[in-house]
Amino acid sequence: MRRLVPALAVNAALAALAVLTLLPLAWMVSASFMPTGEASAIPPRLLPSAPTLANYRTLFTRLDLARNLANSAFIAVVVTAIALIVNSMAGYSFAKLRFAGRDRIFRVLLAALVIPGQVAMLPLFLMLRAAHTIDTYWAVVIPGMASVFGIFLVRQYALGIPDSILDAARVDGAGEFRIYRTLVVWLCAPILVTLGVFTFMGTWNDFMWPLIVLADARRYTLPVALANLAGEHVQDTELMMAGAVLTVLPVMVIFLVLQRWYIAGILAGGVKE
Amino acid sequence: MRRPAAGWWFVAPALLVIVVFFVLPVAAALVLSFTDFDVYALGDPYHLRVVALGNYARLLHEPRFWIALRNTAYFVFVGGPLSVAVSLGAALLVDARVARWKPFFRTVFFLPVVTTLVAVAVVWRYLYHPRLGLLNQVLAVVGIGPIDWLGDPRFAMPAIILLAIWKNFGFNMIVFLAGLQGIPERLYEAARLDGAGAWQRFRHVTLPMLAPTTVFVAIITMIGYFQLFAEPYVMTQGGPAESTLSVVLLMYEEGFRWWNVGYGGAIAFVLFAIVLAMTAVQLRFRRTA
Repeated sequence: MRRLVPALAVNAALAALAVLTLLPLAWMVSASFMPTGEASAIPPRLLPSAPTLANYRTLFTRLDLARNLANSAFIAVVVTAIALIVNSMAGYSFAKLRFAGRDRIFRVLLAALVIPGQVAMLPLFLMLRAAHTIDTYWAVVIPGMASVFGIFLVRQYALGIPDSILDAARVDGAGEFRIYRTLVVWLCAPILVTLGVFTFMGTWNDFMWPLIVLADARRYTLPVALANLAGEHVQDTELMMAGAVLTVLPVMVIFLVLQRWYIAGILAGGVKE
Repeated sequence: MRRPAAGWWFVAPALLVIVVFFVLPVAAALVLSFTDFDVYALGDPYHLRVVALGNYARLLHEPRFWIALRNTAYFVFVGGPLSVAVSLGAALLVDARVARWKPFFRTVFFLPVVTTLVAVAVVWRYLYHPRLGLLNQVLAVVGIGPIDWLGDPRFAMPAIILLAIWKNFGFNMIVFLAGLQGIPERLYEAARLDGAGAWQRFRHVTLPMLAPTTVFVAIITMIGYFQLFAEPYVMTQGGPAESTLSVVLLMYEEGFRWWNVGYGGAIAFVLFAIVLAMTAVQLRFRRTA
């Protein structure tokens, strides 16, 4: 009896918190399948009376959100691919290769982490404007190509690679780039998956910078397009919920599939020194 | 002597990107904040004049800046601790020995973290609708309301805080869970041998052992919360009556809507100074801990 009561209380609290956490997401999904007007009915409906795909059809036909979906996917894939290469090379080098000033440069990079990204935005915009790059995909991609966090993540992991393996490859006459390409990349694979998931999701979900540099609605990423539509279509609750589902679904699926690596990344970046 | 060169080549692309597209712009922002760079200078740089600390002096006399600073402080110092408390509570529940389906609950609580902020802000805007929103309809059942969540200056910031907690608590929960698992089991056993009950074990073992994690999490969370932007941008546009105007939203409006680049740069550096001060506090705590 004395064990049963706390067990019930703990699990009831967990269930209640889970319901509260899932409710907004569940309502979003449910409302996206409702016919127009049903999401704002009184008394409230939790499930659609007759589920319909009409809202999703409107998204892809009249609102042409498929374009924005493609923009988001393209930008996120390109940023992830470039960031993985650039950050892993730098992270590996800071961990295992020797060059003058290595540790000092790394410390300066870490110190730069305290600068909020927003501080750089105004001049970066002017720079890209001078280079006629504003309102192109590149304007979104460029600042994401390297990150101190990514370098840090790879470096901490690469520190664990035994020098003997690298030296054995060098004795065999392999060049440094070949060692990186054929050996280091595979030894660092787990952390590269983590970094890839982080970069992809961060780029996909990013809002402020794409909002600033993209002007033509055809080049908007999904979050920017959605924020724009939400202003115009305030009354179309069901349609906006379909748009929200479309925006959230890809990252959610990726998270559910690769959750282990994602969580590992949080712990590597957050808890360790 | 090929090796030293290789190391440099490997870091060169990353350093190039970071220096050109981050370090230089930050330095430029500082320089610009001492000028009156505005929409005229944007067209013709000859309009540019150095105003030294003029933008910073103007900020001090600008009511909107103080409003934004106060709103942001409200979000940070009320929303931040609340969010950390919810994270800690969730972590303790998931970590409890009697808890069932731990991986399931952990995943559920983490789900909002990976969602796109803009999308869930759009969802919550409807949940907060004064007449039709789910929240008020539920509150009406227990006799509360109706509350005009996003239309009433008293409730708009609490509404944004509630959304932020929902969206973020799962992240810190993961960090707390790691912290909890790092507490040696023998400490609990020793406490039990001394006759300590569940509450006393929590009070005298769990809490002290978790203190360093809590301080770290709290300050990192608050630093992140200082950068409040998308929630008010999507849900309230800074309103009603500027009750959700944040520092970053003000910087965005001044810099990118009105092209007061010099002035916007000054706002950005005030933000930087605040974040730097918070980081210094965190480092001090870590040293003493």
